[in-house]
Amino acid sequence: MTTLLEVSGVSVSFDGFRAINNLSIQIAEPELRAVIGPNGAGKTTFMDIVTGKTRPDEGTVIWGERSVSLLSMNESQIARAGIGRKFQKPTVFEDQSVRENLAMALKNKRGPFDVLFHRKTPQGGARIREIAEEIGLADDLPRRAGELSHGQKQWLEIGMLLAQDPRLLLVDEPAAGMTPAERQHTTDLLKRAARTRAVVVVEHDMEFVRRLGCKVTVLHEGSVLAEGSLDHVTANQEVIDVYLGR
Amino acid sequence: MTRPTPSSVRKYLGGARGGSAPSPGATPLGGARPFVMRHPSVLWFLLALSAFTLGVTFLSDAFGIGLLSTSFVKTLGKTLCLCLVAIAMDVVWGYCGILSLGHFAFFGIGGYAIGMWLMYARTERIVEASLAEAPLPPTEQEVIDAIGVQIFGVVGSSEFPALWAFADSLALQLLMVALVPGLLALVFGWLAFRSRVTGVYLSILTQAMTLALSLYLFQNDSGLRGNNGLSGLQNIPGFEAVPQSVISIVFLWASALALGLGYVLFAWVVSGKMGSVIRAIRDDEARVRFLGYHVESYKLFVFTLTAIVAGIAGALYYPQAGIINPAEIAPIASIYLAVWVAIGGRGRLYGAVIGAAFVSLLSSWFTGGGAPDIPLGFYTIQWTDWWLVLLGVSFVVVTLFFPKGIGGLFDHLVRKDP
Repeated sequence: MTTLLEVSGVSVSFDGFRAINNLSIQIAEPELRAVIGPNGAGKTTFMDIVTGKTRPDEGTVIWGERSVSLLSMNESQIARAGIGRKFQKPTVFEDQSVRENLAMALKNKRGPFDVLFHRKTPQGGARIREIAEEIGLADDLPRRAGELSHGQKQWLEIGMLLAQDPRLLLVDEPAAGMTPAERQHTTDLLKRAARTRAVVVVEHDMEFVRRLGCKVTVLHEGSVLAEGSLDHVTANQEVIDVYLGR
Repeated sequence: MTRPTPSSVRKYLGGARGGSAPSPGATPLGGARPFVMRHPSVLWFLLALSAFTLGVTFLSDAFGIGLLSTSFVKTLGKTLCLCLVAIAMDVVWGYCGILSLGHFAFFGIGGYAIGMWLMYARTERIVEASLAEAPLPPTEQEVIDAIGVQIFGVVGSSEFPALWAFADSLALQLLMVALVPGLLALVFGWLAFRSRVTGVYLSILTQAMTLALSLYLFQNDSGLRGNNGLSGLQNIPGFEAVPQSVISIVFLWASALALGLGYVLFAWVVSGKMGSVIRAIRDDEARVRFLGYHVESYKLFVFTLTAIVAGIAGALYYPQAGIINPAEIAPIASIYLAVWVAIGGRGRLYGAVIGAAFVSLLSSWFTGGGAPDIPLGFYTIQWTDWWLVLLGVSFVVVTLFFPKGIGGLFDHLVRKDP
């Protein structure tokens, strides 16, 4: 296990409100990590900072063996560097087919002219089918993504993440609005992905986090309150006070 | 030609907004067949365009039975050019989601670029003919001065501005037709997209660009004859002996060819993975960034490519119109362009063609006095005044109740097919 992502001393304020306050987190590769915390703890802002959507006021975000700073890169460069993100609300391109959604995410050159002269390859097609198989949408490839159920959209988005072949997956509330069976499938997907990559899951649902069975980081008011196994952090009095006690 | 099956037509038409949804049986490698064969709607469009062009030719004065007047043939030729700029608008707005209210400016720039050569070359011939009778053969400078007086006398000048440096060369001015709109779009788009200006703010910015350009051209010292514009463009230097009836057909064919090529080009751009990415940008550009695509480059590509096509369309339009002046570039023209595309149906190329052809022909019928006035007793509706009200109301009605426009009717027609 080597450190893949190192966030240290990061702070960011919005109109005087400190959303992130001297936050430091390290993610290894491969690793499965759950990030929990009450509303407003800074979970989503943390993801925004790592993916380049929000610039921190201070602190560093270091990536990979060559220790490059993510703060000097824009969203698409960070994505190409190997960080994929799944949003809280499933955001797939509803007007396009499942296949088109996956094909767009598939790891390929991203320049406009590469895309304009892109030819479909048998390998690409096989990879799309493989991912569709994995996310349980093998029979839905020609369907419009907008026709999928909520849970299927979540999976499609996870599939798009896998297609990007990132080294780090940031997954925001993947189980929201899912049936118990769908949750189980999602847990399996994430656990499998975490065998070879770093996967960071932000989740509210304790039961889901328990099933992931991984190291947990508890955020509160923009900084790390506790870190360790789920049993360890849930035994922490501070955690109980700010989060679990309510 | 193999006739496409109704089901394949239905798939294409039905999926027009959503693009080319691959059919379940489609092979992953579709590259074996030519592009046009894989997209039946493109084939149908090209057939309809060819039939139209041949039909007009057979009904024309010059090559046919003379049912259509030369001026009407020119109107039809101009309409084809408007259809071309409309499909460019559809790609930038309907597919990529950039509501540019400046594409008619690129159209006008194309017109000015070719107009400069047309005017220069024709004046040169006239000047040379008149100076030929002088006792001493004129020097080159005398010829150029005389051309300057002829062209710029109307704005009280006789000096050639730097803008006209290449006006004597057809090849260079043809290059300018594509280069000037392309470069302007590239620089403007780079500045705007880089700053992440989107939505209505971008539309306002493009309107401002258009307004600035038109106000600049209105000035007498702009070097492009101020509000007089460039005129006599219907006279093609070197072909003075050819009657306008023949020239009108030549331009009709040239416009049809350009529209056909433009249609195939854009259909190709929006069909494959590129189309997928630009439609995704339209629907959620932030998400596309997190997939690793540099959204700004894609917007810039689409904006610039469509501006170049708009310039080419303008270069074919104005020789048929005969005159170009800054009023042509006024912001309202670009707004009309958006209205045509909205009425025709955004996000489908044939919709833009239908909208541009239908609305612009209707517009010239109403404003040209073709439509009879409606006396109401207490008031008479004169269509020259009321056409804009009708157009405005139709725009609102289409936007509110038929967001797919006229092109959306095809979905209904085709879906009823067994």
